Amino acid sequence: MTHALARMTRTVLTARETAIVLAVLLVIVATTVKNPLFVFSPDGTRDLLLAPSLLVLLAIGQTVVLVTRNVDLSVGSVMGLSAYLTGRLFIDAPHLPTIAVMALGVLLGCLLGLVNGALVALAKVPALVITLGTLYAYRGFNVLWTGSDRINSSDMPHGFLELGTGRLLGVPYLALLAAVVLVVVAWFLSNARSGRQLYAIGSAPDAAELYGLPTTRRVLTAFLLGGALAGLAGVLYAARYGTVSSQAGSGYELEAIGAAVIGGVAIFGGSGTVWGAACGAVLLVTINRALPVLGVQEFWQQAVVGALIIGAIVLDRVLATRQTRRLTVMGDDER
Amino acid sequence: MTPGPQAPRRYADSARPWWQRMLVSRDAAMIAVLALTVVVALATVDNFSSPVTATYLVLDVAPIVMLALPMTLVIITGEIDLSVASTVGLSSVLIGALYQAGLPMAVAVAVALAAGLLAGLVNGLLVTVVGLPSLAVTIGTLALYRGLAVGVLGTAAVTDFPDSWTGLVKAKLFGTVLPLVTVLLVVLALVFAVVLHLTSFGRGLYAIGLSNDTAVFSGVGVRRAKILLFMATGFTAALVGVYYTLRYGSARGDNASGMELSVIAAVLLGGVSIFGGRGAIPGVLAGAFLIGVLASALRLAGITSDVISILTGSLLVLSVVLTSVLSWVTRRRQTAAAKRSVQPPHEG
Repeated sequence: MTHALARMTRTVLTARETAIVLAVLLVIVATTVKNPLFVFSPDGTRDLLLAPSLLVLLAIGQTVVLVTRNVDLSVGSVMGLSAYLTGRLFIDAPHLPTIAVMALGVLLGCLLGLVNGALVALAKVPALVITLGTLYAYRGFNVLWTGSDRINSSDMPHGFLELGTGRLLGVPYLALLAAVVLVVVAWFLSNARSGRQLYAIGSAPDAAELYGLPTTRRVLTAFLLGGALAGLAGVLYAARYGTVSSQAGSGYELEAIGAAVIGGVAIFGGSGTVWGAACGAVLLVTINRALPVLGVQEFWQQAVVGALIIGAIVLDRVLATRQTRRLTVMGDDER
Repeated sequence: MTPGPQAPRRYADSARPWWQRMLVSRDAAMIAVLALTVVVALATVDNFSSPVTATYLVLDVAPIVMLALPMTLVIITGEIDLSVASTVGLSSVLIGALYQAGLPMAVAVAVALAAGLLAGLVNGLLVTVVGLPSLAVTIGTLALYRGLAVGVLGTAAVTDFPDSWTGLVKAKLFGTVLPLVTVLLVVLALVFAVVLHLTSFGRGLYAIGLSNDTAVFSGVGVRRAKILLFMATGFTAALVGVYYTLRYGSARGDNASGMELSVIAAVLLGGVSIFGGRGAIPGVLAGAFLIGVLASALRLAGITSDVISILTGSLLVLSVVLTSVLSWVTRRRQTAAAKRSVQPPHEG
């Protein structure tokens, strides 16, 4: 009993998620000491949860794709398109209920994700290349469609915008939504049979195929889910910021991958959790918001992001090497 | 010695003289597509035939061509470098900051080039010595190097570069329409083509891309080769940074951001396999110029840049999907042929 408890404690203490949560807390404490308003102000607590919500959604979607040994570089473009569609629908179809508009935004994300997935899974072309191509193409369609037009908050209904900034019992709606998605996807990846199969496919694609797993369908599902979450993030982007230009969401793909990698998701598939990715997203966003308060010019944010990503993968490597060595030693002892 | 399933085709293939193999290669197809595009553009787009177009086409496409060359070698070894455009930005900013601080232009340029080498070395060491996937490493350094660039200058820009330097970009080659940078392009293309196609080092790169472990055990200096390639990429990126700064007369933190995508698109369009082990410089040059020619022709035809980006993306997707489908068809045909040639002894 105590043994099991000790083991559980050790698992929790050595988990990647714990380390990141500690890092987030450290950043928050350090920043708050410097400027108490960072937490202790009406907007402080709200922004703490609100700011990372969109990136958390994208990081979850990216993790599902990364786990299958694929990558989706087009999420930023998908996000932009669905954000613009949302605004456009509010203007062109004023009778459509808000929930239908949001559903259509997510549906567009599904569709674009499905295009990626179909090209990757059916044509057997690496996802890096395909989604690099669709990153361009989707953004191109967006610019073509949007032009120099811009959706403003006055174009969108109040109730919808309230979703982007409002709160329920002190917790922003967006954060609640992100949390629900996180729990559902985490359950799917760790408990559902098809979720486990995604890891199997990512660890050894050939073996998964030989074993008879429906790899094509699973990879399609992963891209579909990634696209849907990018679509949802786009809809919420419109609600959160109130303005949508043709460049909405551009550059988010790297942040999403960065968040996942910081959270311990292996870039070559087969391991990592959405919890980790979500923690990575929170860490990224919190650090970015803390830097100006800590007296670092905001221009250095991106450098910090880069350093974090590299630090995270180096750490992963060191841990993996150590584990391999330990396992080898254990194997030798048994012999 | 029973013939393997692929044997008949392979013998037939190598029995062809080299010039026939060259004519049916993917590079030849790419060059043909480029030539066709140029002809169509000349015939249908007003002003495409004017000398100014050629000048601007070369000026515009030069950074992509320069970066695509070392990137080809990197991708052939099965690695990738997403940080190139950030290195371009970093070197541009360094030139601006140092020149603004009162240092002579030559010193600023030298420091920028050294920084490019260093940036490449860091990538190379992380990939080889630490043993990390280059995709992850260079996503990290993409953010890091760009972050350093933006951090040094903020939103400010340095613009008052001496005319003696910016004039270098405007200068023409011996009274032709070609800008001076053409010389740099030709020299770089020759250097990389010779290294890749005519040296044992270059053959080793294909070996690394086909099977890293086999290459290690065959005595190819895999680590050294990869570090050198990443350094070459970093150095070339710094060179592009110098060019970019002089061409637009402005050093800014966001210079050339996003250019890594165009570079990789050009390389893959040129027939280099993202899995490594396959590809050649002529095809890549054709791929890079194809993107340049399309962009230039469409812009002259009054089509906006968003269509060009749709086209670049679709071309990239199409080229890889087509290659994949074609190789699938070939494999099917080979298997069928092999079955036919194997069957008689079984029956007899």
